[in-house]
Amino acid sequence: MSEHLIVRVIVKLLVPFILLFALYVQMHGDYGPGGGFQAGVIFATGFIVYSIAFGARQTIRVLPLSVVTAMVSLGVVLYALVGFVTVGAGGNFLDYGVLDSHDPVHGQHLGILLIELGVGISVAGVLTAIFFTFAERRQK
Amino acid sequence: MEKLHVVILLMLMISLALTVVRLRSLLAIAILSGVYSLILAVAFTLLDAVDVAFTEAAVGAGITLTLMLAALSLTTRSSTKGSGSAAQRSVAIVVCLMTGAALAYASLEMPAVGDFAAPIHGHVANRYIAEGPLMTGVPNIVTDILASYRGYDTLGEVTVIFTAGIAVMALLWRWRSDGK
Repeated sequence: MSEHLIVRVIVKLLVPFILLFALYVQMHGDYGPGGGFQAGVIFATGFIVYSIAFGARQTIRVLPLSVVTAMVSLGVVLYALVGFVTVGAGGNFLDYGVLDSHDPVHGQHLGILLIELGVGISVAGVLTAIFFTFAERRQK
Repeated sequence: MEKLHVVILLMLMISLALTVVRLRSLLAIAILSGVYSLILAVAFTLLDAVDVAFTEAAVGAGITLTLMLAALSLTTRSSTKGSGSAAQRSVAIVVCLMTGAALAYASLEMPAVGDFAAPIHGHVANRYIAEGPLMTGVPNIVTDILASYRGYDTLGEVTVIFTAGIAVMALLWRWRSDGK
């Protein structure tokens, strides 16, 4: 554990803020620059930075591989599900206005939040999975 | 003044690109590509395209560089001397220069940056800008267009990312189910 001490201490300090920033970009994408795609990339970067400093095995104890692989498909499923729910509610595919029976604007806002979340989950999962794939090869 | 800044940034990017061509160290090439993306992100910011700039900084300078470094750790650190005979290389140079010249020629026909009469501003863009934030309750017009008006396209994009991810995993994934 003593090797790369400075890197490890700095990474430990940074990772919480990277993940918090990812959540901010995810949730604030409606009001400022950003959105699901950027948030997913930043979220994945947080875990990748941690892997670089502490090794992939250590990271997998926090973020199990089953979770990563589930995230890859979960985001797309969430996105498409929102589309089917809007069809079920009587609208067109991905016509979020019908999600709120009282105010179409609220429905739109809710739909955008949900599909951005789907984008974020998938992107974070895919990028983490790609990095873990490389990391595993490195250990051989 | 802003124009001058963009020109300086573009000159920096051209010199970076030329440096990358000359280099043999793959590590340095990967890092300079990241620097290139970061400068491009600054240029996008100057052009008021903050969402694109954000993506370029996060993807181009951040994650691509990290994945490149991860890939580099599996191969060698420097490339061998360029292969191919002198004739092959001169053909390659001619093809590159001609493609570049054709693109530069085509760019002369493009409307100026911010030109109100440009064809792209004549169709739905005005409606999106006028109605988008009111229709969706989301003030960021880029998010309006990507997530709501162009929801199908974004679903397609996420599917592309998903497909790329499972393709890499199908080809290279070797983790056992217990994480060993």
